[in-house]
Amino acid sequence: MSVPLLSALIFFPIIGSLSLLFVRRENSHTIRLMALIVSLIELLLSLPLWFLFDKSTYRMQFTEFHPWISAFNINYHLGIDGISILFILLSTLITTLSILVSWNSIQEKVKEFFISLLFLEGAMIGVFCALDFFLFYIFWEAMLIPMFLIIGIWGGPKRLYATVKFFLYTLIGSLLMLIGIITLYRAGGNTFNILELAGQSYPLKLQMILFWAFFAAFAVKVPMWPVHTWLPDAHTEAPAAGSVILAGILIKMGAYGFLRFSMPILPEATKAMMIPMVILSLIGIIYGAIICVAQTDLKRLIAYSSVSHMGFVTLGLYSLNTQSMEGGILQMINHGVVTGAMFLAIGMIYERTHTRAIADYGGLATTMPVFASFFLLFTLASVGLPGTNGFIGEFLILLGGFLNRPWAAFFAATGLILGAWYMLWLYQRIFFNPVNDKVVGLPEMTGREIATLVPMVVLIFWIGLYPNSMLSFMHVSVAHLLDQVHGTTTVADAVETVRQLAM
Amino acid sequence: MTQTVVTWAAFEPVLPEMLLVGVGIGLVFMDLFFRKQRELLPWLTILGSLTVLGMVLGERYTSGFGGMFLTDSYGVFFKVICLMGLIMTALMSEHHNRVQGLHQGEYYSLMVFSAVGMMIMASAGDLMVLYLGLELMALSVYCLVGMLKGDQRASEAAVKYFLMGGFASAILLYGMSLLYGLTGTTSITGIASYINDTGLIANPVLLGALGLLIVGFCFKTAVAPFHFWTPDVYEGAPTTVTAFMSVGPKAAGFAVFGRVLVQGFPELHGQWGTLLAFLALLTMAVGNITALSQTSIKRMLAYSAIAHAGYALLGVLAGTPEGLSATMNYLLIYGFMNMGAFAILVLLAGKDNRRESLDDYRGLARSNPLAAMLMLIFMFSLTGIPPMAGFIGKFYLIKAALGAGYTGTVIGAVIFSTISAYYYLRVVRYMYMSDPQGTLELSYSPGISAVLGLALLGVIGLGLAPGTVIGRAAMSLLGQ
Repeated sequence: MSVPLLSALIFFPIIGSLSLLFVRRENSHTIRLMALIVSLIELLLSLPLWFLFDKSTYRMQFTEFHPWISAFNINYHLGIDGISILFILLSTLITTLSILVSWNSIQEKVKEFFISLLFLEGAMIGVFCALDFFLFYIFWEAMLIPMFLIIGIWGGPKRLYATVKFFLYTLIGSLLMLIGIITLYRAGGNTFNILELAGQSYPLKLQMILFWAFFAAFAVKVPMWPVHTWLPDAHTEAPAAGSVILAGILIKMGAYGFLRFSMPILPEATKAMMIPMVILSLIGIIYGAIICVAQTDLKRLIAYSSVSHMGFVTLGLYSLNTQSMEGGILQMINHGVVTGAMFLAIGMIYERTHTRAIADYGGLATTMPVFASFFLLFTLASVGLPGTNGFIGEFLILLGGFLNRPWAAFFAATGLILGAWYMLWLYQRIFFNPVNDKVVGLPEMTGREIATLVPMVVLIFWIGLYPNSMLSFMHVSVAHLLDQVHGTTTVADAVETVRQLAM
Repeated sequence: MTQTVVTWAAFEPVLPEMLLVGVGIGLVFMDLFFRKQRELLPWLTILGSLTVLGMVLGERYTSGFGGMFLTDSYGVFFKVICLMGLIMTALMSEHHNRVQGLHQGEYYSLMVFSAVGMMIMASAGDLMVLYLGLELMALSVYCLVGMLKGDQRASEAAVKYFLMGGFASAILLYGMSLLYGLTGTTSITGIASYINDTGLIANPVLLGALGLLIVGFCFKTAVAPFHFWTPDVYEGAPTTVTAFMSVGPKAAGFAVFGRVLVQGFPELHGQWGTLLAFLALLTMAVGNITALSQTSIKRMLAYSAIAHAGYALLGVLAGTPEGLSATMNYLLIYGFMNMGAFAILVLLAGKDNRRESLDDYRGLARSNPLAAMLMLIFMFSLTGIPPMAGFIGKFYLIKAALGAGYTGTVIGAVIFSTISAYYYLRVVRYMYMSDPQGTLELSYSPGISAVLGLALLGVIGLGLAPGTVIGRAAMSLLGQ
């Protein structure tokens, strides 16, 4: 591959954000327009990945390799496989939608906002492309700065508390991971190349230590119970675009970290820690769902529901079989789409009413019927109605879970029931209860707002009705990953499956 | 006894130092006899130091005066940091001091003389030379601290610094004399080979002497528990002098710290390594935790300087070439980011030099977006967030200390590093997330702009392409 497509994807938004520095701050409309154009070009730039990707191999594709800090064997090494490709596409889409939803709601320091957002996009894509552990860490940490600013400057009333909490939680996790990375570098023969690191075996004791060092960073990001407490605060206080990116991409990075680093590099520790991880996931699912029922704040409810949904994701990953792992990865995408869409929608009504209290709404279906239909769809996808994407993900996770540990699947299914309860109840309170004074006369959705939500609707049905378009990317990579964990060889079967499906 | 003939060639290794002395004397005369041209003083200082910097960079790696003066790459690296500190301080003083009405001639010549002291320290291969450089540096800096004559804070700081510094020097001398008594030499390599040959390791007097040396060095580098002069002195001194002190003298202190311990006492690494690990943790704890409650940014940076001494110690305590090069690299990066932060402080200081509390930074992003953005970059770099250079610096230190087996110390460093994020971010919070008090008219003088530009270049450049410098630092193994 001669065109450095991945580098272009990483640096185009960063350069784009820097170019905004030269626009006068009074021209806020130009700034918005430029940011949108940059993100649209970026979206187009990411599409070749979809079409050129070779689904029949687990090897890294679109790779780039340049020596960087030779003294320590640190390289600029990029590449993607069937797991990372979907997240990159999701990132470019969600960033564009975030810019659309911020169009009117961001009125102060417009320039700084879009600079942060585009910089964040570049760093996020960098995280998904990096094959050098050091490079990965750079992108991983670089995301903190724009997110800190986005929550802290444009967030709600308690934004300072939320943003500092977010920053400190993630920073301490990341630094512990850094110690793990350096330890691994020494144990793995002085290399940061994760493909080389995954090809070696380490003593179980070292693996366990490294497992928990990585856990510190990844579990905070997921967020898994009990290190989830930053998420509701951050989600609640962040501006709409911030919540969307948090839910859509940022919290996926923890689970991605488990997939990309913990599992292939530390297979024995992964197997040994399977039960604790499953139990933590189950606690997350049920605890998150129960807390949701008691919420009075709209965004806080969705935030806690993320804790519950991400519990499903980690349950899927740590069931360590094909169905549940593919389900877990698909559910990450689904959660990004559905919860991202919910936060987009909430941002739209928040812009109108400036309240997040559920009690302040009521009867919204009469004033904003179009909006009500969109939200109903998202609600149903969130509770996993067949035909929507949510169903596929949860179904695969539970299927895989039943194969290994029926009790785990049983408890997880309880979370589903709770989920249906709090989401449908939420819908009733917002849209059907007696009309609240505060929602009387609210304007219906604008064309821009509808355009923002339509891609999400398309994705919900697309994945829901034809999940194989996404799953086919994963088959071989997931099979390879499971081979690495279990020390077996099933990749050949997966390749065959993909061939047959393609015919 | 043979008669040693001293030729001109023998002075070759000290030529840069001699030239810098000449610059210092020239500045004094210039101040005395050409009062009208006083505005030229900072520029002459900069010109002189740049020339010396060029000479230092082109120096052959050799030694002079029978090994008492070493111009090895290790020394050269530290000299570059010190000269860089001198140049950047002179640049940011140029406008500031005119506003403050500081005595120009004394100010610049004292700064130049202290830099000569630092360069001698960096090259010292002998305890006597080391002490000579140390005192030349220290005496000059005592005077610089008390430069603001009418200011009570400054006078108090100068007296405090002088007394503490004198005390530290005495302790250091005591340690040196014990060492001389034991080994019969003041040469650092001589001491090492004597200990090696005679198996003196377990000698309690030797351990005592080593302890006294370490105490002395800890005073100079503001390592806890010998740091307590730092906040008051940093706060009382003129802001430009504080900036200078946190970079130049500190780097010189670490230069001798590293050289004496690693080259002089390699056999005793077990002992001093453990001691330094403890001191490093204590320093990071004291610096970071106390910085949390500061409301003055200047004072916060003083405590943060203590904390950073703790991080830099991680490389020294590793006792390996890798560790030393990590410390060197860190001090260089710290020089850039700290100079940058202080330049913003100087920029905002105002006429009465008192605009340095957090409240004064409220809403800076609205009134002066450029200054706020630069400060944001320096604060994130000090926190150690990539892609800024501060992260690379910490990364090398952590790597070196882990490599030497100090895992517990590193975990401590990581925890304190997270704590430090809180107070650095608080500055960002005040600048970006609060409403401004009023409008501030900032004057970007050419000097300040140059410092900010250099600092930004250093922080971003060393962050993205650290290979060049770490390569150089890694090369400079002791004795090569």
